[in-house]
Amino acid sequence: MLSENERNRIAAEAAHFPDRRAAVSEALMIVQDERGWVSDEAVAEIASALDLTREEVEGMATGFELVFRRPVGKHVIMVCDSVSCWITGSDSLFAHLKERLGIGLGETSADGLFTLLPAGCLGLCEQAPAITVDGEPYGNLDAKKLDDILSRIKEGRHGDSAH
Amino acid sequence: MATPLTERIRPDGTAVALRDYESAGGYRGLRKALNLAPREVIELVTKSGLRGRGGAGFPTGQKWSFVPAESDGKPRYLVVNADEKEPGTMKDRLLLEGDPHQLIEGLAIAAYAIGASTAFIFLRREYGRSAEALSAAMEEAEAKGYLGERVLGSGFKLELRLHLSSGRYMCGEETGLLNALEGKRATPRNKPPFPQVSGLWGRPTVVNNVETLCNLPHILREGPEWYKTLSSSPDAGTKLYGASGHLRAPGIWELPMGVTVRQIIEEKAGGLAEGRVLRGFIPGGASTDFLGPDKLDLSLDFDSVAKAGSRLGTGTIVALDDKTCPVGMVLSLERFFARESCGWCTPCREGLPWIVRSLEALEEGRGEMSDIDILEELCRKLAPGRTFCAFAPGAVEPLGSALKLFREDFEAHVRGKSCPWK
Repeated sequence: MLSENERNRIAAEAAHFPDRRAAVSEALMIVQDERGWVSDEAVAEIASALDLTREEVEGMATGFELVFRRPVGKHVIMVCDSVSCWITGSDSLFAHLKERLGIGLGETSADGLFTLLPAGCLGLCEQAPAITVDGEPYGNLDAKKLDDILSRIKEGRHGDSAH
Repeated sequence: MATPLTERIRPDGTAVALRDYESAGGYRGLRKALNLAPREVIELVTKSGLRGRGGAGFPTGQKWSFVPAESDGKPRYLVVNADEKEPGTMKDRLLLEGDPHQLIEGLAIAAYAIGASTAFIFLRREYGRSAEALSAAMEEAEAKGYLGERVLGSGFKLELRLHLSSGRYMCGEETGLLNALEGKRATPRNKPPFPQVSGLWGRPTVVNNVETLCNLPHILREGPEWYKTLSSSPDAGTKLYGASGHLRAPGIWELPMGVTVRQIIEEKAGGLAEGRVLRGFIPGGASTDFLGPDKLDLSLDFDSVAKAGSRLGTGTIVALDDKTCPVGMVLSLERFFARESCGWCTPCREGLPWIVRSLEALEEGRGEMSDIDILEELCRKLAPGRTFCAFAPGAVEPLGSALKLFREDFEAHVRGKSCPWK
């Protein structure tokens, strides 16, 4: 069941469009914001709230990179693997993070803190290689800077390095 | 050298405040537009020679002119494409984060010209700082009457909504974007009908890129003749150029339209990083053909780059150096395209993963000479006219050109049964 809060937030978004179904993208992110991810059950609940079929909502849920269809850790690390970051060393960022966190791509660390995902171009090409953590961008990275970021996040000082 | 789009942007990248934007002449272009008939605004922009900055370079005034001149009293829409996701491209981010009022003024002028009273900014969710800057600027603009029921006291009404999209390259294709905004999968639509006639919810719609719209306040304020003098080529205005890769100082710069590749790579970006030599570059994002170092003096305007066998695209160069494997670089590009293909048409859905598997085989030393022939064949089979939209033809531009320019490197992977750069 959608919570009252979720229902209200979705209804507020739907009111802005001439056709309610246009709010499906917002609805998915509202549910993800409240629950951390979008389960099959949540897909069905959104479908019923917006008078859509499950398949129509599923089509949207699987069509976007930032909709998580499995539970994720407390922090989501997205490593850009597109051309500028690949040239400047995204492969070594992946290798370092996999080793430090003891996980592969798409997995969550045993302490539940971090999920590691690849990302299509993050638009930070002049600061390549780059990542985002919970949407916060970090650029010009190497192994040492990655370690600093991980420790800062563990200490709860996320986003301090933002310019 | 005039830099009208970026001169107000603060060194720390935080957004220009409304007060500062106004005292630098901000919103005077909109005021001027509202004193003209919409048709006159379209004529003025056509005369300025402004071409779309999203990649295709279509003349902006002409794009608008396809919207029916007579209103039927029903809604029309302006959509801002702020879904920048072309690999190697980061130019719109600078404008979105740094000077959001410039975009709001530009989109208001465009909406007035086409008779739209609702506009959407379709922004990629990863651009969180852009979203914050735009939301704050939209509130300020509404409070000062630059948006709302009666814009600047005129009869023009404009409601603006910010839509955050959750990550899909296909949304950069304008009909894919319109489907996504309607809450549908981002697959392309048939053309015709073109969006200007039947777009969002079947109503006349124009989709314009962020940088394109940011030119409008200046064209309106200073006039089309002034706008042409900014350029050093037949294409008018300035352009946001970028450069990335192993360069001393990668970055984004506003320069006269038609500067050379050399001016960007050597002067602006400081040349290649220590100990590296330029082997080639893609001039305007992932879906443009590679060019070689013999093209360093090429003028970066739409027609000159097309004549040289590539496309200006987004004007953001990615440099390939001699310590980087060209096959690996192409594999990175094609992995992106294979992942982002919407799957709507078979050649794109099946062809791109096949390209990726063949390139992986080469990189891992399992490749055969016949794989190179297959890659060439796939470039022909994904050419314009063979797929539903421009996605796959764009995806094979860097591949086809790399097979010509770096042929010996592809063959070396087969002969040596490994990647020479590993």
